[in-house]
Amino acid sequence: MIELENVSKSFTLHNQGSAVIPVMERVSLKVSAGECVGLVGASGAGKSTLMRLIYGNYLAASGRVLVGDVDVAQAEPRQIIALRRETLGYVSQFLRVVPRVPALDVVAEPLLAVGTPQDQARDKAASLLAELNIPERLWSLSPTTFSGGEQQRVNIARGFAYDYPALLLDEPTASLDAQNRATVLRLIEGAKARGAAIIGIFHDEAARDQVCDSFVDVSAFSPEVAA
Amino acid sequence: MGAQVKEQDMTPLLQVNGLTKMYGPRIGCKDVSFDLYPGEVMGIVGESGSGKSTLLNAMAGHHAPDRGEVVFDTRADGPVDTLKMSEPERRMLGRTDWAFVHQHARDGLRMSVSAGGNIGERLMAVGGRHYGEIREQAADWLGRVEISDTRIDDRPSAFSGGMQQRLQIARNLVTGPRLVFMDEPTGGLDVSVQARLLDLLRSLVREMGLSAIIVTHDLAVVRLLADRLMVMKDGHVVESGLTDQVLDDPQHAYTQLLVSSVLQV
Repeated sequence: MIELENVSKSFTLHNQGSAVIPVMERVSLKVSAGECVGLVGASGAGKSTLMRLIYGNYLAASGRVLVGDVDVAQAEPRQIIALRRETLGYVSQFLRVVPRVPALDVVAEPLLAVGTPQDQARDKAASLLAELNIPERLWSLSPTTFSGGEQQRVNIARGFAYDYPALLLDEPTASLDAQNRATVLRLIEGAKARGAAIIGIFHDEAARDQVCDSFVDVSAFSPEVAA
Repeated sequence: MGAQVKEQDMTPLLQVNGLTKMYGPRIGCKDVSFDLYPGEVMGIVGESGSGKSTLLNAMAGHHAPDRGEVVFDTRADGPVDTLKMSEPERRMLGRTDWAFVHQHARDGLRMSVSAGGNIGERLMAVGGRHYGEIREQAADWLGRVEISDTRIDDRPSAFSGGMQQRLQIARNLVTGPRLVFMDEPTGGLDVSVQARLLDLLRSLVREMGLSAIIVTHDLAVVRLLADRLMVMKDGHVVESGLTDQVLDDPQHAYTQLLVSSVLQV
């Protein structure tokens, strides 16, 4: 479902004497349907960078980034937009929303984007918010006013509202209490069971061992090692 | 290469080819080309004088470009170069499938006509004749842009800036256009009013399946509204791509400067 072949990434800083900073080289990995691969490596090794390359948020310098039959490294913006709508979900560490939109609608939005009827989308959103212990009195408020932990859970609910065939999870269990952590792990296992291909970053080792089938050490892709 | 995406909507709604507008020896905008597909929202950013408004006005037919094509997929005849249309044809397009939201609401509204009249006028321009139905639709649209229908007979001059802007949007969208041009639609508004307008625009775009081209200097606005982004400098497009990719991993020196110049709140 997700396959990277010989991907490299560098940043060129034009306003600092055009310094070219290579950050990753020769990245190859493969994730099949129903499989969860954990990215490991020290902080700064490039785990989130790799995730952003797969999501099309960063532009790969070379190589192929296949998600389904779309090569994210080469695709047109509208192909990536369609991919993100129908195939590839991403739970980032930060929630970015339009101010003033209620939490319930934020979570329902991915379902509405694929044409799910409004009441059905809202029901699903409500059940996810309830499962993640967001008090019902907050559902009609914008998450911009929520605490960090609440925002994170809204973000997770949004990521799991629609059944994406491929999912990227950046620290989904960070700073959650035991009960919510268990809920998130159950959601991940549910997604795997229905056949989603998942790439995750977990600092929580117990969580990582529970849901991941294999690991990829990102520091192996750092240019220093390759050179 | 994403065959399923390509097959769905093969024909771009708008194809701009080599659009160039000169002001004497000065470049307004030069050799701009892109395709816009149904349902897509594209942002155009750049500093003042970069040519973004010139480009928007050239596309919308407000002033004649020197070279290039603006091909629109019309309902009746398929793709047609709008620059070659007759003036009445282009005006009809401007009242039906196209809409233009001005930065200053007073440029897009008739200030001496009531709010309801401002909305109704566009309906009448496309053949609406039944007074009761027109008034009903006007009231419905006032509600959609969150203006109380008790204000239907008030003139826009009695409205706040944010309300005027929302009224302008209602007036533009009432005829169900397929393409909306917007020039700094949130410019000059308070941030709280901006947020409300952004929310409104986003839901209208989704519900009506609109395509839109939004010119702004506000990177936060394009991040929230636009799928795609074009960055202009000195009349040229220096970079384009997926909005979050251009903002988070800018490739061109100017875009890097632009992105790094934004104050963090």
